[in-house]
Amino acid sequence: MDVTDLKTVFHTQDGVVHAVNGISFHLEEGELLSVVGESGSGKSVTMMSLLKLLPIPPAEIASGKVMFDGKDLLQMDLEELRKIRGGQIGFIFQDPMTSLNPVFNVGFQIMEPLIEHMGLDKKQARARAVELLELVGIPGASDRLNDFPHQFSGGMRQRVMIAIALACDPKILIADEPTTALDVTIQAQIIELIKELRKKLGMAIVWITHDLGVAAGISDRLLVMYGGFVVEHAKVGDLYKRPLHPYTRALLNTLPAEGSGETRLRSIKGSPPNIGAEPKSCPFAPRCDYAFERCHKENPLLERIEGVHDVACWWDVEKEAPRHDG
Amino acid sequence: MLNYTLRRLLFAIPTLLVISFIIFLILDLAPGDPTGSLPLTIPAEVRAKIREALGVGEPIHIAYVKWLRGFFIYEPLHWLDQMGLVIGDPSSRPRIISFATRGPVVDLLMERIPQTLWVVGLSYVVGILIAIPIGVISAYKQYSWFDQFGTFISMVGFSVPTFFTGLLMIVIFSVQLGWFPSVYDTTLEVNSLGTFWLQVKQMIMPVTVLALFNAAQISRFMRASMLDNLTQDYVRTARAKGMSEKVVVLTHVLRNSLIPVVTVIALGIPTIFGGAIITEQIFRVNGLGQLLIIGIQGSDFPLVQTLTFLFAILIVLFNLIADIVYGMLDPRIRYD
Repeated sequence: MDVTDLKTVFHTQDGVVHAVNGISFHLEEGELLSVVGESGSGKSVTMMSLLKLLPIPPAEIASGKVMFDGKDLLQMDLEELRKIRGGQIGFIFQDPMTSLNPVFNVGFQIMEPLIEHMGLDKKQARARAVELLELVGIPGASDRLNDFPHQFSGGMRQRVMIAIALACDPKILIADEPTTALDVTIQAQIIELIKELRKKLGMAIVWITHDLGVAAGISDRLLVMYGGFVVEHAKVGDLYKRPLHPYTRALLNTLPAEGSGETRLRSIKGSPPNIGAEPKSCPFAPRCDYAFERCHKENPLLERIEGVHDVACWWDVEKEAPRHDG
Repeated sequence: MLNYTLRRLLFAIPTLLVISFIIFLILDLAPGDPTGSLPLTIPAEVRAKIREALGVGEPIHIAYVKWLRGFFIYEPLHWLDQMGLVIGDPSSRPRIISFATRGPVVDLLMERIPQTLWVVGLSYVVGILIAIPIGVISAYKQYSWFDQFGTFISMVGFSVPTFFTGLLMIVIFSVQLGWFPSVYDTTLEVNSLGTFWLQVKQMIMPVTVLALFNAAQISRFMRASMLDNLTQDYVRTARAKGMSEKVVVLTHVLRNSLIPVVTVIALGIPTIFGGAIITEQIFRVNGLGQLLIIGIQGSDFPLVQTLTFLFAILIVLFNLIADIVYGMLDPRIRYD
């Protein structure tokens, strides 16, 4: 999948909010790409824009191309897009407590996409649903099909969500902070499960998270997002060894080091940018220790530094000098 | 569920007894004299005799117990007699007698119920059938011209009383255009296509007036409930699964949105029997509502007591039904 120059804006009463400002990235078959950034950096909006899952209006996908299997998802009509949603690209959402329909049993909810996309009849779909529940590790799968979402715990519901997302053997799984609403032990279980499923099924995964620790453990590549821009993109090893963007550095700095004996957690000073206007300067500049004149005048573009490592910053943190002259 | 229903029914008994006693007390306090409408030429001592014969002026506790016995024992037994199952001696059981007609009150009710059910009940059904699609579309296309128009119509339907819309329709369609009769003819027997058409024609206006009023109310509920649900996370999940908009809205959202609306509909059913008093009066539909008005005007206490109590039973009963239906629609609610 190739995404180029994706722009999403929200038309609100207080004006236009620029949530995603020209993002480009690609996703290879079978790889796990993590998208990290703090709340409001545009991670979820980016991913939902790909499949037009945002409420339109107020949202508007202003420009961009999302090439998937040789077709642009953004140009497709709804009927075509529907076949991709759930069929080719599965989605897991943040809050499993509210993401399942409370009045239908989970069997019905898993079978729906199977019948819709794979053309199974009810009996086949049911058999497949049992398989899926077993796959995601729900004990007593065949009995639990008739249970309603409220009869499952949070972690189990997220497993059901995963089963739904994987129902039609998608090529891509987009997981939007799938562990944020769960407690820590359950988080670890769900992460393990996704790793395992990836090994078994081999789909590509986009993992949206704000937890750099989690991202380090599972991903192949990382996108760091800030204020609706990709500010750094690198393979996981490179990013942790050689972070090039001041924001990435600051983020890594917030991770508590083991045995450091520090009693206070570090934070990044300032607050995320107000994205009410189309940004003309670097969105991170007001919070950046390295910011200089140019940062307040021009917005840096993502540029390739080496191999698979891109950064959008005027300042070269390694040489401690501006990256370009002028 | 059965356990719960039985428990609720048992609880309903003391509730209804208290209600019946309160109705009785209020009617006892009410001014009025059943002989008041008789000609003034009747001398006072004759009036007193009539009153005595009717049982007016009995101590309240005796009158109340007599009425209770009549309503809960004699009337059901009489009904069994009619079915051919005679228990004891029917002639020893005085039924509840109307002051005005000197006939049994329950028979009066039975004569009136079909008209009310036909006209008011049908208008309720029509109202619901109009309201639900309007509510769904208005919510799905919020702030569209359809929604704005629907909001306007339901505000009008809700705020303009039925006696006004009713009279307006009579003026336009009966007086000016002469399309429909302004008086509902209960004696009309439907036995041919022609009489069926007459029946339809005389029902159109009262049904329309009441249906409009009901639809205004229910469509608002439906719209609000749909709007609550359309923004829920599970709707996004359904879309992410690739379900069509039709399935998303009419299966996922509608099913959730109907839960509160069905409750409102069930709670509104007792008003079919009592709430259409004014409309029945305007179109001269001699249903239960009109019977109640006549009973109140003529100080026909047994009739008013029985009819009011019947409304109370219906309200208690449909409250229970609403709760049960709620439990059936929403799997999160279990009563046992």
